[in-house]
Parts: sequence; C-alpha cells; structure tokens
Amino acid sequence: MTTMQLNGRAVSVDAEPDTPLLWVIRDELGLTGTKFGCGIGMCGACTVHLNGRAIRSCITPLSAAEGSEITTIEGLDPAGQHPLQKAWIETQAPQCGYCQSGQIMQAATLLKDFPQPTDKDIDAVMNGSLCRCMAYRRIRAAIKLAAVEMSQGEQS
Amino acid sequence: MFKRVLIVLLLLIVIGVAGVFVLGWHSAYDPVESVDATSFDVSTVARGKMLASAGYCATCHTASGGARNAGGLALKTGFGTIYSTNITPDVATGIGAWSEKAFARAMREGISRDGSELFPAFPFDHFTKLTDADVAAIYAYLMSQPAVNAPAKSNELPFPLNIRSLQAGWKLLYLDQGTYKAQTEKGEEWNRGAYLAEGLGHCGACHTPRNALGAEQSDHAYAGALIEGWQAPALTADNPASLPWTVDELTAYLRSGATALHGVAAGPMSDVVHQGLSALPDSDIHAIAVYFADQNGSVTSAANHSENVKSAMRSTQLDTQEQFDEGADLYRAACSSCHYNSAAPPSLLRPELAFNSALRSSDPTNLIQVILHGVGVAEGIPGTMMPPFDASLSDNQIEALAGYLRSHLTDQPPWSELSQQIAVVRKGEAGS
Repeated sequence: MTTMQLNGRAVSVDAEPDTPLLWVIRDELGLTGTKFGCGIGMCGACTVHLNGRAIRSCITPLSAAEGSEITTIEGLDPAGQHPLQKAWIETQAPQCGYCQSGQIMQAATLLKDFPQPTDKDIDAVMNGSLCRCMAYRRIRAAIKLAAVEMSQGEQS
Repeated sequence: MFKRVLIVLLLLIVIGVAGVFVLGWHSAYDPVESVDATSFDVSTVARGKMLASAGYCATCHTASGGARNAGGLALKTGFGTIYSTNITPDVATGIGAWSEKAFARAMREGISRDGSELFPAFPFDHFTKLTDADVAAIYAYLMSQPAVNAPAKSNELPFPLNIRSLQAGWKLLYLDQGTYKAQTEKGEEWNRGAYLAEGLGHCGACHTPRNALGAEQSDHAYAGALIEGWQAPALTADNPASLPWTVDELTAYLRSGATALHGVAAGPMSDVVHQGLSALPDSDIHAIAVYFADQNGSVTSAANHSENVKSAMRSTQLDTQEQFDEGADLYRAACSSCHYNSAAPPSLLRPELAFNSALRSSDPTNLIQVILHGVGVAEGIPGTMMPPFDASLSDNQIEALAGYLRSHLTDQPPWSELSQQIAVVRKGEAGS
C-alpha cells in the first residue's frame, strides 16, 4: 500500500511499487488530465509535480511517491485560474491540446526557478515537452505572459 | 641434497600453518545468562544509538525487508559471499549471550565470543580505534534493542578461505590494533574528525583501494575504489571534482546530502549521509569536513573558487550547434528540463552537470548508475528524485548521451571503454 498526497488530499493505492505513477494517476485514481505520450520520459505529456518539482510520471515508479505530495493539472489551481492557465487561454496556446497539461506543469516549475525567463531559459527547460501541433511560439508567449502576471502579483 | 631442501621447506610450511592456528586460537568468553537492559544509563544508550548510526551497523546487519540488525544481508566480496550476522540481543542467534568484554574484543580484535576469528568484512580494523566509552555505549544500545530470533546464514566461501583460523595471519599482516592516537601537530577538531572518519565511520572501507588479500592499502589511503557497483571517489587531491571540496562544501554535503557546486550523494553514499551521519551533531560533521579538507588539500586550492565556478558555467551555456548529435538531442529531451541552469551560481535543485564529479571521473560507473537507476526520493536531496532511464534508453543511447556530456561539459578525454562499462553496470556486475 502506497500513501501519498494527491492534489492536497491523502490517497492510498494498492499497486506494485514499480507501477508507473502515471498509470496510478489515470487508471486507479481517475484523474485523466495527465496524458500518456511516449512512455519513456522523452515527450513531457505525463508531467506532474512531485513535491513541487516537475517529473515525468510515466517513468516514475509509484514507490517514489510514497509520502510525497503529487500535483496534477487538476490540482495546480483549485479554480483552474493559475496564471499559466489564464495565459494559455489568453494566447490560445493549445491546438489539439494533448500535450498541454504536461506543458503547463513543466512551465510552472520553470517559472518557479526562472521568474523572468529568457527565450533561452524557456527553450532549455521546455525542450523535453513536445508539441506535435508545433504551437511552440504561442507556448513561449503564454509563459512570458504568465511570468508578467506572477511578478505583478508579487509586487501588489 | 634436493630432498633435504624439500623437507626443510615442507617443515617450514607446516610450522607456518601451525603458527597461524596457534595465533588463531583464542579462548571463548563465557556466555552471560541475560543482560539487564535497564541497567544501562539512558544517556549512554542514546549516545550508543547515535554512534551505531554513524558506524552504519544497521546498513550491513539488516537484510532487505528484514528486522533491524538481525543480519542476513549478503555481502558480495571478491572471495565469496558473506552474510552479515544477527547483532540483536537474542541469546540463541544474536549477541544476547555476549558480555561487554566479548563485544569489545570483537570490535577491537575481530574475535567472536566463542573465540573464533571474524572475517574482515566486519571493519574491526577501523573499530579498533574506538574509545572504551564509545564501545561501551554501542554495546549498551544494541543490548537495549528488541531481540530477534534470526539464525545466521552460512557463508559461501570456497576452501581454504572459509577457514576462520587463517584470519589470524591476515590480522598479523594488516590489523593495526589499538585506540585512536591523536596527532598532536593537528588541532583538536581535526583529530575529532580523524577519529570519526578512521574509526567509527570507516570511510576507508569504501574509499581506500584494497590489495589482493582484501586489506586496505594504507599507502593509498582514500585513493578511491570500485565497490557495490559504484565508484567511491578519491578523497585526496586526486578527487576529480572541478571545484575544490572545501570545509564548507564538505560540511554541507555530509549534512544535507547535496551541494549546488558538487551534486548529490547517490548510491551507497546516500545512506551514509541520510541513515548514518544524520545522527551526529553539526560539530562532528564539521570535524569530519576539516579532516577531509586537509586530506584533499582544498585549503590551498580554494583560492580560484569563484573563477572556476564562472568558467564551468560558461561551458554549460554553450549550446551545441551540430545538426545530428544524438547525445545532445537526448540531453535536450530527457535532461535539460531539470538540469539546465542559466547563470552562476547554479541552483541546488537543478544539479549542474558541469560540476559533477561523475562526469569528470576517469571511471564512468557512477554516471551510468544514475542514468540507469535514477536517484530515489529518499536519496540525494530528500523529497526530490530523478527517474530511472533503464527502460527508456538503450546502451547505445546512454553511450551517446554520456559521451556528449563528457566532451561538452568537461575538459577530460573521452572514456575509452564506455560501451562495455554500460553493459557491465546494467547487468549489475560493476565492482563485484
């Protein structure tokens, strides 16, 4: 039995410790906002937060989540109003949308580490989050827009 | 004439073997009926617990999933497999019948209560340096723990290595018996660090290379060695880190398990920090740091520190422009989202590979280990983790990635046997 905090509530899962965390999140716990992409940690679609850091849940064993705090796209902001989510809508960043929850979760860690990211910072950190619709330019614009809102939020 | 020489030679061998057996004969200490755990002073037991932690007793004396200190962990040595023993106070299968005198003899001389020799997988060559008070405290702690009935597993050692009496010869050659003697020309703190590192912490057990008979090579102290599938790096001036291991860096690393300028404690070293040294007070950690900073000479090499940080960070900022560099592509896809840093100093939570010893070492084992198996959430920086890539990356891809990192982030020559070593580590055969 593995116990963790998922989006702020305690959950226990009875699965093998080497089960990918992604399977548990989607199939056992029913949160399907996090997507399965490549299954080998190379595309970013399955990105969630473990103790506040972006990780690829498809190659993270359930055992790593024991006692940890897991945040998925459903828990990033209770009302779906995280600055990144607002900026995503504002810039109409998604096209098909499949990679977007992973993109946003990765971007959230990016902005935590680089509150005023340069293009280079964004490229380096977001490189592992693929978008087959090629919405990269709008994703980059959305991240910059969210960064502005977050820095203003800190000032006010 | 020839016959006579032969007879003399044979006689000498017989006398030699007999001598070893005589040396190896020790009286048994009478079993004690039962030890009254309440007779120990509470503060002594607490100190013993701290010392047992910093001596990593439970690390070897606990099998995976087994009861603490009940033994049974397989220690794979170059000579065969030895199973750790039960050191809970169970009378039948543990050390419940051991008097303090018998325990002290085991710690100092490597002799079991019944008089038989212990194998030097048990680091009595280090524990012999402990003070009487510290040995007594560890005894008090162990005897105050719950007794667990767990019979010892038989060692898997080939003849004649399984003859315990022969250990007497080994000890004659390699055991420098006696409590730690302070080096008067060094300060009090240095000596405290030396006492902890050379005695209780037995750092050399992993970090000092061993000779053909499995003894630490005292003239190559802390020169680094391959053990348990990991490279225990040199702790001397030969350490491969790009930035010196100063007192401050060592203190932070040994206390927290990571520093921004040196990376995280992974593999067996993670347990050393988080399960072992964590019990010691800050003053002891600082003392160990003082001792090792002296070993590696960082006091003098720290002068260029900030310039080295800047120059290493410059190399990590250079982007490869090659169109088809598989290693660079893999790095961008799998690594840079967590490892990229924009400027000096790098972030602790974004371990900067340009400073990483594993990349600069002449042996790629540790880098391969971490790529294949990741860093667990309890290891390194507790609460953070790196996922394993063993199922994601082929040996060829790891070779491309490791080769790219080595050439891009260090000034060191390419690893010559990289692909073979990846295969060895993947099979779990490194250092065994």
